[in-house]
Order: sequence, then C-alpha cells, then structure tokens
Amino acid sequence: MLKVSDLHAFYGKSHILQGVNFNVAEGEIVSLLGRNGVGRSTTVKTIMGEVEPHGSIQFKGNEIAGKKSFEIAHLGLGYVPENRDIFPTLTVRQNLTLGMKTNTPQGRWNIDEMFSMFPNLAERADVQGGALSGGEQQMLCMCRTLMGDPDMIMIDEPTEGLAPKIVEQLANLLQEIANRGVSILLVEQKLSIALKISNRLYVMGHGKIVYEGTPESLLQADDVKAEWLEV
Amino acid sequence: MLEVFIFATLNGLVTGFLLFMLASGLTLIFSMMGVLNFAHASFYMLGAYFAYSLSLYFGFWTGLIFAPLIVGTLGALVERYGLRKVHASGHVAELVFTFGLAFLIEESIQFFWGRDTKNYQTPDLLDFPLFTLFGQEFSAYRGFMMAISIGIFIALYYVLTKSRVGIIIQAAITHPQTVSNLGHNVPLIFMGVFGVGTALAGLAGVIAGPVLTTFPGMATVLGSIVFVIVIIGGLGSLAGAFIASLLIGLLQSYAIASDVGMPDLLSLLGISFDRGHPLNDLWTMNLPQIAPVLPYLLLVLVLIFRPTGLLGKREE
Ligand SMILES: Nc1ncnc2c1ncn2[C@@H]1O[C@H](COP(=O)(O)OP(=O)(O)OP(=O)(O)O)[C@@H](O)[C@H]1O
Ligand SMILES: [Mg+2]
Repeated sequence: MLKVSDLHAFYGKSHILQGVNFNVAEGEIVSLLGRNGVGRSTTVKTIMGEVEPHGSIQFKGNEIAGKKSFEIAHLGLGYVPENRDIFPTLTVRQNLTLGMKTNTPQGRWNIDEMFSMFPNLAERADVQGGALSGGEQQMLCMCRTLMGDPDMIMIDEPTEGLAPKIVEQLANLLQEIANRGVSILLVEQKLSIALKISNRLYVMGHGKIVYEGTPESLLQADDVKAEWLEV
Repeated sequence: MLEVFIFATLNGLVTGFLLFMLASGLTLIFSMMGVLNFAHASFYMLGAYFAYSLSLYFGFWTGLIFAPLIVGTLGALVERYGLRKVHASGHVAELVFTFGLAFLIEESIQFFWGRDTKNYQTPDLLDFPLFTLFGQEFSAYRGFMMAISIGIFIALYYVLTKSRVGIIIQAAITHPQTVSNLGHNVPLIFMGVFGVGTALAGLAGVIAGPVLTTFPGMATVLGSIVFVIVIIGGLGSLAGAFIASLLIGLLQSYAIASDVGMPDLLSLLGISFDRGHPLNDLWTMNLPQIAPVLPYLLLVLVLIFRPTGLLGKREE
C-alpha cells in the first residue's frame, strides 16, 4: 500500500528526516512511535506533500513524492493532523460534508453511519465545530477524513489529551476502520494503544527508523524502550 | 419632504447594492490573498467599456451577458498567470502588481477607447418611468439596477452559506492546507473566486456605465469609495462590507437630497456672519457639497473609534 524509501526532509537548513524507510501493507495497522521532536509528524506531513519530500514515496504503486496534497488525497490517502484542524465556524455536518471529494457520499462511509457510531456528534450536528470538546473534535476530524473514502489513513497522535474512556472508543473505531480494508498508519507516543491494536510497529529516533517489530517483540525489547521511548 | 426622503432612500439603495457588488468581490479576494486588490475597480471599468462596445453592435442585452463573462475570464487569467506567480515573492510584490495592473488597464482603455466620455446609453426597453410618486418619476432602469444587484446579493449569499462549493470556499480561506489534504484543489478554487469576483465587478460596470457615465476615470472615482467601504466594514468581513455599502449609499444620497447648509444650522444656534467674513465659503457650505467627502469622513471616524472596522476581527 505505502512504501517510503530513503526519505529526507528539511525545515530551512535543519535536516529533520534523514533517510526514513518503512512500509504499510493492505489492511494493516502500523504504528510509528518515538519521543517528542524526533520527526514523526514531519514524516506524515512529508508523505502528504505539506513538506517538500526528497526520496521515494510509493502509494498503491504510484510515486507520490512531488505531487500536490489534493492529488495525493484523490489517490486515496487520508490524513488526520495532530492539531485537530476542524473548521471551527462551520457546523459538524458541514465539516463532514467537506471531507467528501464529490457531491454525493460514496464508498465505505456515509454521514448517517458516522452519526450512529458517534451519538455525541449526531446530537450536535448543527453546532459549530469550535464548540465541541477536544475528544469530539478528534472524532469529527477522523470522521471527516473517512468521508473521503480513503484506502489508507495516517493519524497523528489522536489520543493526546483524551480521557481513557474516549481512547478506548477510538481504539475500537480504528479497529473497525481496518476491518473495512483501510490501512492505518498510527503516529503515537503512548505505547498502550499502539501495542493493543497494531500489527507492526516502527520506532523513530532523530529522523530515522531505529526499530521495527511486532507488539510482542517490542514488549521484550527493553533496551529499545529505554533508549527511544518514554516508558 | 416625504417624497424627497423616499426617493433619496431608493437611490441610496441602488447605489448601496451596486457598491456591494464591488465590495463583495474585493472582500473575498482580500480574504484569500491577504492583500487588497487595487485593480478591482479597473475590472468594473472594463465591464462598462466592453458592454459599451458590444452594445454598439449587438445591443445592450448582449453586453449585459457577455461583458461580465469576458471580464471574469480576464480576472481568472490574471490570477492564474500573474498573481499566483507573484504570490511567492510576498505581499508587497502582490500589492505592487495590483497597482501596476490598475495603471495598465486605465492606460489600455485610453489607448483603445480614447479619453472622452462614451455615449453608453440605457436600453430603450427600460426607458420609461417605473412609477410616479408625488409627481416625481423613478426610472425603470434604476429599478432594473436594483433588481440585478439584489438578485446577485441573494445568489451570493445562498452559494456562500448553503452550497457545498461555498462551504469549501469558506474553509479554504481560513485553512487552505487542511482543505487541500481533504482532496480539494485550492488554487483552482481561488482562481474561480477571483474570476467570479472580477466578473461581478464587471457586471456592476455594465449596469452602472450608462448612469454614472463611462469615462477613463470611473475606476478611480468608485474604486476609492469601495476601499473605504471594505475598511469601514472590517477587512475580510462580507457582512461588514454589506452594511457599509448600504450605509455609504444611503448617506451620500440623503446628503445630496437634503438642502440643509451651514447657515441653517448656524442660525438655529442663533449665530450669523456677514457676507464679507473671510471664512464665508466655509459658513455657507451645504450638505450636497460635502456629500463626496462623507465616505472619507466616516472612514476617519471609524478608524478613530473602531480601528478594525464595524465587523472586523482584531489582527492576531
Ligand atoms: N515548521 C517548523 N519549522 C521548523 N522546525 C520545525 C517545524 N516543525 C517541526 N520542526 C522541528 O522538526 C523536528 C521534528 O518535529 P516533528 O513535529 O516532526 O516531531 P514529532 O516527532 O512529531 O514530535 P511531537 O509531535 O511530539 O512534537 C523538531 O525538532 C521540531 O522542532
Ligand atoms: Mg508530532
């Protein structure tokens, strides 16, 4: 589905990504872990075309490095940014409408289904997005991306600042998304949710992938956890 | 007295809605680019001239339809091959570009059409009084201007707030990258908004040309008032631009219609001056004479008491 090879990225003169390699297969949930500031967000932004890529990014067999964000989205790659970039002055329903790439919903998801999965959002369908709680905004942001019927989504730190109960709800949603054949790249700092739902994990440190494994193998790898993750 | 008031109100509304046709496009374009498009009123002038030339060969109605389309296409091309390129060099470059464009359009118009005022006429079909009130006539053409501009206002309101395209535009203005990530072609949307905005300016020129006269200075005359409007309304606020457009339209119209002058006000206060006084000109000024500067007076007041404009948001 997604194959990133020797990816480099820069902010001005600082060399942030220094040769990142990883891949995500069809229907897989893959987590990208690491400490603050190691470049996980930069990795997904670069894949999405927000930051200029140097290297190769293959998505469903297409080279997408150098393409514009909207073209990449049209190929079926969805992105849920870490700042929960909902449109605060638009209603919940309008936010969802904006996720659709065409005038009529098509593919795996539709608005009614989103609302039945998230009664909170249904109740507040005509409320401005800016009036929602942090957790509700996170759900809205995720649902909005799904409305575009992506074949793969990249989610940046969705659990940040969420109550444990909502994190659990989110884990279930991610599982449901994967069940419908959508691949997931989950960027996380917390080990718990990643260990629970991932098929495979990568650990990032200083602009490079420093570890690749399964949840079971990472649990055993105390040296990796001590050096590259906060436990 | 009542008939003066009614006619002044009607004329004020005609002007106000016309001004909004320009102010709305200018506001939308400002929200997208972050700079004022100094050439906006030039597209208004182009509309009038194109419509004039078309009307000579094909009649007024052909001009009404095709002149705004031509102007809008030109506007979209200017965005695509001009502003978008200049954008990379920053706001100052964009401002200079729109300034230059305004000069270029004015010079081109003088080159192709000459410096004199064109005899652009209202169509015969609308050359009758729409109604007569207290012995005074309201021309059908003014009614037509009002109908067109109110129609445009409603259409714009509906498209921007109710349609999917409008919602995408609203979101693209504040969060362009996010909208792009969702699969929408933001540069294309901006080009479309620029095209529609300039087409509306062109349409305003088409319908105002016969009434406000078609001459090479018409962009400067109306352009400065439209800038005043978007600043009074609050930069980037469509609702503010709407209120300010009507406010200025009505204010000017009332001032022109009223006969009140300084001597009346002063004598109310029991003051009078003899004719030989050195400031006689000042004491005998009347409101119709002040009407043209009223918008600027209002601008100064707004800038003093509410620097962000009526509905503007504070800079972050
Ligand atoms: N817009 C930017 N301009 C300059 N430097 C940036 C910018 N964004 C991020 N950086 C720097 O790039 C590095 C990687 O940032 P990134 O956001 O990818 O980290 P991260 O792994 O997502 O961590 P976290 O999200 O926890 O902060 C950091 O050192 C950060 O300071
Ligand atoms: Mg991050």
